[in-house]
Formats: sequence, C-alpha cells, structure tokens
Amino acid sequence: MATRTEMIEARRPPDMRRGAVGWLRANLFNGPLNSMLSLVAIVLLTMALWPLAQWALIDADWLGSTREACTGEGACWVFISARFETIIYGFYPDAERWRVDIVLALMALLIAWLAIPRLPAKRWVGLFALVGFPVLAFVLLLGGHFGLEAVPTREWGGLMLTLTVATVGIVGSLPIGVVLALGRRSQMPLVRSLCVVFIEFWRGVPLITVLFMASVMLPLFVPTEVEFDKLLRALIGIMFFWSAYMAEVVRGGLQAIPSGQEEAAKALGMGYWRRMGLIVLPQALKLVIPGIVNTFIALFKDTSLVLIIGLFDLLAIIRAGLTDSNWLGFATEGYVFAALMFWVFCFSMSRYSQYIERRLHTGH
Amino acid sequence: MTASNSASTPSPDSPMIQVEGLNKWYGDFHVLRDIDLTVARGERIVVCGPSGSGKSTLIRCFNHLEEHQQGRIVVDGVTMTQDVKRIEQIRRNVGMVFQHFNLFPHLSVLDNCCISQTWVQKKPRAEAEKTAMEFLERVQIADQAHKYPGQLSGGQQQRVAIARALCMRPEVMLFDEPTSALDPEMIKEVLDVMVELAHDGMTMLCVTHEMGFAKTVADRVIFMDQGQIIEQAPPETFFNNPESERTQLFLSQILGH
Repeated sequence: MATRTEMIEARRPPDMRRGAVGWLRANLFNGPLNSMLSLVAIVLLTMALWPLAQWALIDADWLGSTREACTGEGACWVFISARFETIIYGFYPDAERWRVDIVLALMALLIAWLAIPRLPAKRWVGLFALVGFPVLAFVLLLGGHFGLEAVPTREWGGLMLTLTVATVGIVGSLPIGVVLALGRRSQMPLVRSLCVVFIEFWRGVPLITVLFMASVMLPLFVPTEVEFDKLLRALIGIMFFWSAYMAEVVRGGLQAIPSGQEEAAKALGMGYWRRMGLIVLPQALKLVIPGIVNTFIALFKDTSLVLIIGLFDLLAIIRAGLTDSNWLGFATEGYVFAALMFWVFCFSMSRYSQYIERRLHTGH
Repeated sequence: MTASNSASTPSPDSPMIQVEGLNKWYGDFHVLRDIDLTVARGERIVVCGPSGSGKSTLIRCFNHLEEHQQGRIVVDGVTMTQDVKRIEQIRRNVGMVFQHFNLFPHLSVLDNCCISQTWVQKKPRAEAEKTAMEFLERVQIADQAHKYPGQLSGGQQQRVAIARALCMRPEVMLFDEPTSALDPEMIKEVLDVMVELAHDGMTMLCVTHEMGFAKTVADRVIFMDQGQIIEQAPPETFFNNPESERTQLFLSQILGH
C-alpha cells in the first residue's frame, strides 16, 4: 500500500477579491466598523429613496391624456406628457415645428460628431458647426425667407428657447472671453484698460439687471424706428455677461503657463498670435477645462432667468402650465421634470468634460 | 526687406553677432555694463561667471528675449530694433536652448520639432517631418518621436530641445545653461550632442559651468562678473594663465572641488 510521507498541499482558497462578492467585501465590508457603517448607510438610503421611488415610479400614473387618468397616490406624469409638445416647442406654430426638429436634430448630430473622436473630418464639421449651422438655424427658426412662414421670437419657447439661449451663450462667451483674457494681459495700455473695464463692468452687475436693462432700458435710448428683437437683446446681454466670467477663468489658465513656454515660442520665431494660438492657449484652456465647464453649467441653468423679461424658457413654460385650471395641483411633477431636464444637460456636460480632460492628458 | 541699416546678404567674413556699448538695466539695477563683443562665423564661445553676473541676460539679448536700453546689437547683418518683424527675422536665424528645456508639453516630440517649420517657415508638413526626423536622428532620439515630452528623461528632453532649435536651420545657436537642470548622469549625453554640433562648424554661444566642455570645444572663453566682461581668452590661456584676480578666484572655486 502506497503511503504518503507529506501532507497533500492545501488548495488555494477561492478568489474572494473578484466579482460582486469580492467588490462588496473590499469596499463595503472590510472590517466590523465599515460593515456596520455600510449597513447603516444602506438602511438610511433605502428609507430616503424608497418613498421617492414609490411616488415617482411605482405609484405613478403614466398613461392617459386628462387629469382623470391620475387616480393613484403617486406622481401624475400625464401632466407632463399632455403638455410635452409645448414644453419642447413653446408657442411655436404647430405646422412649423418640423423646422425646430431639423435644427435640434442637426445640433445633436453636430455635437455628437465633434464629441466622438473616431469620426473623421473634424475641421470641416467644426467649421460648419460654427459658421453654417448658426445661419441655417437662424433662417429656419425665424423664417420669413425662402417661403418659410415668419415665426417671431415671442412665439419661441420651452426647451427650444432654453437651448437657443444656452448655445448662443456658450458658443459666444468662450471666444469673447479668450479675447478679453488676452487683452487683459496685453502690453498695450489702451487694450488692457478697455478689457479691464469691460470685464469688471459685466462681472459686477447681476444677470437679472443685465436682462432688465436689455429689455426695458435699451429701447429708451434708441429711436423707436429701430426695433431690436427682445430675444436678441437678451442673447447679447447673456453673452457679454458670461464672457466676462469666462475671461477670468481663461486668464487663470494663462497665468499658470510658465513664461518659458512663450520664450521658447519666441525663440522659434513665432509672432504673438501663433504663440498664443499654438502654444499658450491650448495649454491654458486644457488646464481650465473644469472652470470653463463650470461656467457653461452655470450659464445653462441661468438661462431660466430670461423668464423675468417675459421669455418662456423650459422652466417658465412648465410654470405657465401649473396655472392651467384643468391641471391645478401638479407643481411637484412640473418642477421635478424641469429639474431632471436641466440635470441631464448639465450632467452630460460635466461627464464629457471629464472625458476630454483624460483624453488631453499628456503629462506623465 | 528694406536694407536701410542692415545688409540683406551678409558676407561670409562679416561677424555673426556684433555688440557695441551694450547697457541694460532692470529698474535701478545695472545688469549689463558697456559690453562690446564680436562673434565670428563658426566661432564657439563659452560664457561663464558667477550667478547674477548677467551672462544669461547677455545671450538673451541676442534674440530679444531681453530688451536692452543702450548700445547696438547686429545679428547676421540685421540690426536689432523694436520692430517686431525685424525681431522675428533675427529669431528665425538664432536657435536657443534653455536651462529648463521649455518643450511644448501638449505636443509630441515630432510636433515640437515641426510646429515652427510649418507655421513660421510655411514648409509642407511632410518636408517638416523629414527635417525633424533628420535632426532627431542626429541627437539620437528618433525612436521617441511620437512620445510626449513628459514621458522623456531630462537629458532626452534637452536633446529634443536642441533638435527643435536646429530644425529651423539657424545660423547661430545660443545655449543658456543647458545642463544645469540635469541629473549628473544625463549631462554627458547632452554635452556629446553639443560637441558634435561644434565640430560641424555651428556658431555657438554657451552659458555653462561645464569647464570640460569649454576646454575641449571653445575657441574663446568669456568671463563675466557684475554685468561686465572681465576677461576673454582662448581656453588654454584662460584656464592656465588667467589675468584678472576675479577670474582666478572664480576658477579656483569651481575647479577646486
């Protein structure tokens, strides 16, 4: 009979570091104190989130078109779905809404194209997005040319207006801000003082004041024959207001680039605009991506302030719906939905900026 | 360009750099005092001196990274003025290597070498890349061409910086303490490149504390102190029979250990 003289080697224990169990062990239950804290946290979260889920999802009413459809205890999303079109298009005429659809779809396509690194011809798409698209969007949305029925801006509203204001603000404030930031660091006293005055003026005034001034005061100073569109005035105000903030964010980035970078560019024979455009700004802007996106997000949310000059943006249009006598009492649903919409856009910007930061990271 | 006070085609035996009565102040501080200096074509000059003696400031005046208040600087036949176009013309002829390399961290090694060729010299991209690879080959770093500066060691970065400057095919190269920020084991690889460059006949002005380099390649060593040129001589004379006491003191301090 064969006998062993040594013990059979112990088998390796099952790997507990991987999989769901492994993750739970490593992150939530590694030790008695952490396990206890995790349990408490889970209980508290459930207590807080369960009623919310019950209200928003489980007990909610989703189908129907009148308030009679809302019989349950939970949220009445019928309120939103019944006015969904108004929330998107505002008072834009029904027959012309395809124009908004085209602009929004094209915008989504352009943003996706520019945001996804694998897609080709970035330069041309970017050029179209900055030059062709605004003209096209302007012509399509406003109408009055090429047989398109004119839709005055007072009929614009809802998400479409919010996106218009936000896009113009974002696309306008960044380049103006960059120019102001460069101007503020200029060697030329006149340029520098002009930029300082511009920045300090716009930054020192509340946005609400800017909007009031744009809508109430400006018409007092210009002859009555000259009619500025109210939306246009608001857009210009918003653009200047945020470009002042942007300028200071960008200046922070410029400040952080060591002077050796500019010296090296000088030594290679580059002129001012090449030094800025090729060497200093790419590094500075990369550095302040968090600040830029922070400003974009603030801008996006503050578009809702246009409601005080009588423009019906996403939030205002939902608020207007609350006063509809057929639909009284659904304020919570309205505000929750508005918050969700704003959050989706802002969160997307935030995530995309984090992705860009990782992608542009070249230091090691 | 208008040839008002500068010859458009400098003759081969005209000086590369000519400096007359150069004075510079930082506020009240007199950094450069009455500097006269002529650098011949193909000449290799080492500038040394204690820190704060104005040696870096001096060579930075030659491509207008520093502005002088008095005196005349003529580089390759072009007189330095306040005119931006003229300054940029001079800079295209003058390569510079910095103590802290100053590579562009957002561009790959290859792009660092190409950017000025394509944007300033307006060369086609393919031609610029060819030139870049040629010089990266010469500083023996061609295999790293697609990396970013942050991924390279200090010595490698400085060699890229030399290649980047050479890509513009300058007439003269300025080195501003090129090895001072390097770890000791990396100094040699950079000096080797500089020695090779010197043997190829490049006009060079080096601010450095590497006295071995000065002994092997310099045609002339210049000693500066308190903004003045105290002494200039060929390396044998300079190191063996320095005239001034200040030079002797400086040499005893840096060669003493």
